[in-house]
Parts: sequence; structure tokens; C-alpha cells
Amino acid sequence: MGEKVNPSRRSLIGWGGAGLALGAAVAGGAVAMAEAGGDADPVAADTGGAVPFHGAHQAGIATPVQDRLHFAAFDVKTDDRAEFVQLLKDWTAAARRMTAGKAVGEGAYGGLAEAPPDDTGEALGLKPSRLTLTIGFGPSLFGKFGLDGQRPAALVDLPGFPGDNLDAARTGGDLCVQACADDPQVAVHAIRNLARIGFGKVAIRWSQLGFGKTSSTTPDAQTPRNLMGFKDGTRNIAGTETDRLKKFVWSADGDGPAWMSGGSYLVARRIRMNIETWDRTSLQEQEDVFGRDKGEGAPVGKAKEHDAPFLKAMKPDAHVRLAHPDSNGGITILRRGYSFTDGTDGLGRLDAGLFFLAYMRDVRKGFIPLQRRLSASDALNEYIQHVGSAVFAVPPGVRDTDDWWGRALFSGSAKSSESAESAEGA
Amino acid sequence: MRAVRLTVTAATAVAALTALSACTAKSDAKGDDAIQVTAADSKCETSTKSVPAGHVTLAIENKGSKATEVEILFPDDRIVSEKENIGPGTKYTLTAEVKAGSYEIACRPGMKGHGVRQKLTVTGGTVAKRDPKLDAAVAAYREYAQEQADATIPKVETFVKAIKAGDIDAAKDAYAPSRVGWETTEPIAESFGDIDPKTDTRVNDLEKGQKWTGWHALEKALWVDRKAGAEQQALADELLADLTDWQKRVGKAEITPTSMANGAKELLDEVATGKVTGEEDRYSHTDLSDFKANVDGAQKAYELLKPVAQKNDAALAAELDKQFAALDTLLDKYRTDKTSDGFVSYDTVTEAQRKELSDAVNALAEPLSKLAAAVVK
Repeated sequence: MGEKVNPSRRSLIGWGGAGLALGAAVAGGAVAMAEAGGDADPVAADTGGAVPFHGAHQAGIATPVQDRLHFAAFDVKTDDRAEFVQLLKDWTAAARRMTAGKAVGEGAYGGLAEAPPDDTGEALGLKPSRLTLTIGFGPSLFGKFGLDGQRPAALVDLPGFPGDNLDAARTGGDLCVQACADDPQVAVHAIRNLARIGFGKVAIRWSQLGFGKTSSTTPDAQTPRNLMGFKDGTRNIAGTETDRLKKFVWSADGDGPAWMSGGSYLVARRIRMNIETWDRTSLQEQEDVFGRDKGEGAPVGKAKEHDAPFLKAMKPDAHVRLAHPDSNGGITILRRGYSFTDGTDGLGRLDAGLFFLAYMRDVRKGFIPLQRRLSASDALNEYIQHVGSAVFAVPPGVRDTDDWWGRALFSGSAKSSESAESAEGA
Repeated sequence: MRAVRLTVTAATAVAALTALSACTAKSDAKGDDAIQVTAADSKCETSTKSVPAGHVTLAIENKGSKATEVEILFPDDRIVSEKENIGPGTKYTLTAEVKAGSYEIACRPGMKGHGVRQKLTVTGGTVAKRDPKLDAAVAAYREYAQEQADATIPKVETFVKAIKAGDIDAAKDAYAPSRVGWETTEPIAESFGDIDPKTDTRVNDLEKGQKWTGWHALEKALWVDRKAGAEQQALADELLADLTDWQKRVGKAEITPTSMANGAKELLDEVATGKVTGEEDRYSHTDLSDFKANVDGAQKAYELLKPVAQKNDAALAAELDKQFAALDTLLDKYRTDKTSDGFVSYDTVTEAQRKELSDAVNALAEPLSKLAAAVVK
């Protein structure tokens, strides 16, 4: 990473030669991070800079969590493999431009008066805002395009968990794109333009906006609070913890099909919170449910948020106690969720909660055992309900300008059929 | 169609008698600079093929046995000037201001069809460059729009008749078919500005003080209030009068290749914002009939522009062919039976099915938005 730094949509110092100064600063930061061995991007949130799109892993996983989210799940609408491959290439090209702060295609203005502009234009004048775009492939995709032999064993269909109340219209998807940025308009612009490029080939199945990060992948940062007012996921994997990333997040050679090496698995769950009943719950019970104090976020009996918790001091069904790696044979996942509020539900209650996003090396060894345990016993269950669910295989990063999302998957499998297609096209 | 034509001819024969006396005063074809136009049942002779730009006079004489119509036309068949209903044996003087360029003089014996044409070149000044292929496309599209309007009138008459007979069920049956021709060519009707608000306004689109007239006012009366009284009969008459006005104005509509392409896209916009949501025909739920008509009209415009679009952007044309076919196939699933033009009531179409329809509309509308650029480039 860091080998190529694109100019920002509107860098602080403007276009032209001065832009190189910013580029140099970014490149320098990248070197520092490379030494630290992490995949975290070097750009601080307040510069509004660009996160490199190219790398061994996709950005948007170990990247320090941005403030805003627009997540979209898509259904494939074409059965033409060549057409779908072209879409992945077109999407990659658009993502490369947008994450660098540039407009899609030939831009949002100045083209033919008779044609709609390529770019929709609402991000003009905005900074790159650390936009990351991360693609994932759902289990159902592997039933199409002759990909059945390529489905990783680690990409299992999630089992039903006690208490699930999944809405089919917010569940599943052949593929997904996670757009994270510090400016919500930049994230929405990205999904909107990808959806537009995709019309006829893919259609949005469902999407979710998130407005407040609920986890941090930056070691010393304060853990953000969720909508229940608590800090959760304090001991998350940091973007700089190369060893833990390797152990718990990145799919390694030999884990599964070769095309997934350097990739990861993503579980998305829309978790509705019964906000009103929670708000009527006594402080004592709220703290018991989590196993932390509300003010500092310190584990029961401790003084500071990051103090090591003494799990046995907590109630047996306390959320932290049940979710902690020490209670789960060391199971660790990288959490990257966001709070959401989609207005109210028609009964005068907030339609709000946590859009849970977690990356892991193997869904069978990560989310599933963890959620089995939580869904069975977590005291929090009285106040939450899982209403949407999806799981995706997240391929490795796009290496360079010749590479594209999913290349290894689509070039590695059914090689003969692809050469047949190119012969047809010639 | 044949029966319809006979009816019209009979009507015009009566009108021709009136025209005979009414026009005598104006029948003295004057002077040497006038173009002498001799119209007959199967010919249309003109005394000159070339005139200087400016004021042009046509001295017309109908030597045929049917009433005729004489028009000066732009290369895309838009009417520069016209005189309808010139009875057998009558003369008429038609005048127009014309700029340099190529025109046609058309005589339409029986006041129907393509007519007999003669070239007319107007000289002097610079002639704007035109693309004959695009002119042909616009002319064919205008002809299609005229056919749609002509075919609409008898269907509206059936609708009006049922209302006047107080036959609510028959009126309901006639409602959706009466809208088809309008929906296929709606952008042309909307280009006139004043007709659409009178004929096709939905209740929530009314401006303050505007009286609700047209199809949707009758739709509510028939489906919700189950009324076909004096008020509805007056509305029905008004609808027929407004649509007859539309039928007469199609020939003069400003149509360009760009407006055809954009019109096709606008028809899909209509589907996306009004039909897929079920807002258009919220009382009758006949949205799918309008949906199909919108798509058919868009497809017609596209097919006529396709030779040019294909040359400029073959991939776009291939994509449009594919997506039109896909949407047609999807819509066919909702026909009440394979032979009829009827569609299922939209309130029986589930949310998942509406999503599928919406996805297919998006899949077509996105490439269709690029047609105008492919036509002009």
C-alpha cells in the first residue's frame, strides 16, 4: 500500500503542484504504518484525506473506523458471466476514483448536454473523507456463474439463533458493498453511483445507513458509545495489531480456496434495540446487563475502561462476560458496527439500534459460536432483537490499476469458460 | 379499423357540403406567384417545385370526389400550414411564411393517411443542415402518435357513452382502454401544456382553485362513489372535447430526435414514479395497462431511432434491445390471459413483485437515459 497516492477531491491546498505536498505527507505516513505492520490507513480523520484503495487487503476492515456508513446488499440480475465480470471491473474503476475523491467516469458536468452526467455530483467539493469501499460475496452468489466449486467452507449460511426475527427484505444478498466515510454524503454518493452503474446487472436488495461508529480499531482511542449509552467492544482488534489481524481476521493460504487468501468474512446483523424499555430500566440493571459502569465504561470492580475485566465479578448473564474472548476459548472478531435510526416505527417508537458488522477469518469459528452463546443467555436479549442478517466472503485487496474486485475468483475458476467468452467477444 | 375509417369519411362528406358554401368567398385563387395545387382522389399536382423564401401562397383546387386536406410540411412531417376539409369542386387559398429548405406539399384525399406528396424547395438564405434518417424517424414517430390519437377517440367515445347511459360496469371496462393511446405518447400531449392538466391530473396534483376534470376524476366517481350522474356526464363530454383537441394538434407538435429519445426516457420515468407505486390509477388499479402503454410508446420511439443509435453506440442498442425484451416478458406474466390486452389488478401485485418490476424498469431506464446522446453524437 501507499505506492500510489491520488489527489484529493479538493485537497486543503487545492489542485496543482501544492497537491504533491499533501501526497508526500500521506506517502510518508504510509511508510510509517507499513513499519508498524498494520493495514490501518495513515490519514487522520480531521484531514479529510484519502485512504489508499490498493493493497493486499481491502480497505475498510483494519482501517480506523470512519464516522459514517452506507451499506448495501445487492441481488444479481444477470446470468451472463461476462457481463457480471465487466460490472466488477467498472465498479472497481469507479471505487478507485471515488475513494481518491474524484468523480465517477467523465464527471458530473461539462459533458454532452443531451446525456445525463456520469457522476451524480453531490460529492463535488467534498474531501475524500477517508472513504473506503469494501466488496463482499454472499453464499447465494456461488450458486451462479458456475462458481459452486469456489465457495469457501468458512462461508456458511448462518443458522437460526433463538430470538431471531429476521425480515427477508433485510436479509441476505448476492453481494454487498460497505461504504464508510467521515462525511455521510460521501458514503451515500458512493453507494448511489455504484448502484447506478449496476442497474440491469444488479439491484439493491436492502441498504442501511449508519451514523455513529460503535467500535474503534485505533488502539488508544476512546471506545464510542452505542445507542444504549454504553461503551462496548473495548477490546476490539486494532488496525495496528498485525498478529491478531493475521490470527483472527485475514484468511490465510490453505484456509480455503486460493482466491480468498488475504480476504476475510463479514457478518452483518441489523439489531433493533427496544430503546424505550431500555430507557426505563434502572441504572443498576443497565450496568448489570453490560457488566460495565455507564460513566467510564470500566468493567465491574475496575476503575478504567481498558482495565482487564474480572469476569467472575459480573453477573453470569452479563453481556461483557458472555462475549469476552476468555469466556469463548479465545474467539475474537473485528467489530466495525454503526448505530442506526431509521425514523420511527409507526407505534411512536424509535426504529433504532446497532448495525453490527464484524470481520473474521472463519464464520464457523467466529460469529456462530459467539452468537450461539449470546442468543442463549445474554441479559441484553430482553432489550434487543436481530431483524436482519447477512454473511459475505470479502475477497483480498485490489493490488494495482490492472486488478479488479474478485479477479482471482473469476479468473481462477472455470478458466476454460472465460477464455471461451473472450473468444466470442473477439 | 376499416369501420372507423368509413365512419370518418361519411362525417366529412357532410362537412364538405358546409365547406362548399362557406369557402366560396375565399375561393378566388390569385395571381401568378401562387403555387397552383390541383388535388384529386389519387394525385396532387403542383405548378412549381421551387419558390423563393418568404410569403408563399397555395391556390388549391380539389378536383377529386372526396374532401381533402392540403398541408405544407417540414422534412420531419411537422405541419407548417394546413387547410382541412376542402370539399370536392372547391378552391381555397392557403398562405404561409417559409424559410429556405426542403418541404413537401401533401394532399390527403379523404383527410386520412400519408397522402400524395410533392417536393417543394424554398430558395434563398442558408439552409439548416438536416439528417434525412432522423427526419424520417421523426416523421414516422409523428405518424405513430397520430395513429395513437386517432385510435383513442373511438375508445373514449365508448367510455363516454357508457357514462351517459349510466352503465357503471361498462364505463369501468372502457376506462383503461381509453387511456392506452394517450399513455403511449404522453410526452407529446404534455408538450402542449394545456391539455394534460385537464385530462390526466391526479387529485393531489390539483392547484388551488383548479377544478378536477379528466380521467382520474371519473375513475374516482366510478370506482369509489359508483356514480355516473349529470356531473360525470359533463366531465365525460369535456374529456372527449379535450382529447379531440389533442388529436388535432399532434401534427403540429414540435418533435426532434432528441425530444423523441428524451420522451422515451420520460415514459419510463412515468412508470417509475407513478405506475410501479400504484399511484396513477389508485382507484381502479389498472396501472399495469398504463405501464404497458408507456413501455410500448418508449419502445416505438427507440425502434425508430435505433438505426442511428446503433451506428453511434452499438453496445447501447444491444443493451436496450435486451432490457425492452426483458421488461415485456415480465409484463406478459401479468396479463389476465394471453390473448387479451387486459392486465391483473395492481392491488393483487405483491411487494416482492413490485420490486421485481421496479428493478426491470431501472434496468431499462438507465441505458435509455443515454439514447439522446447516442442519437445526436
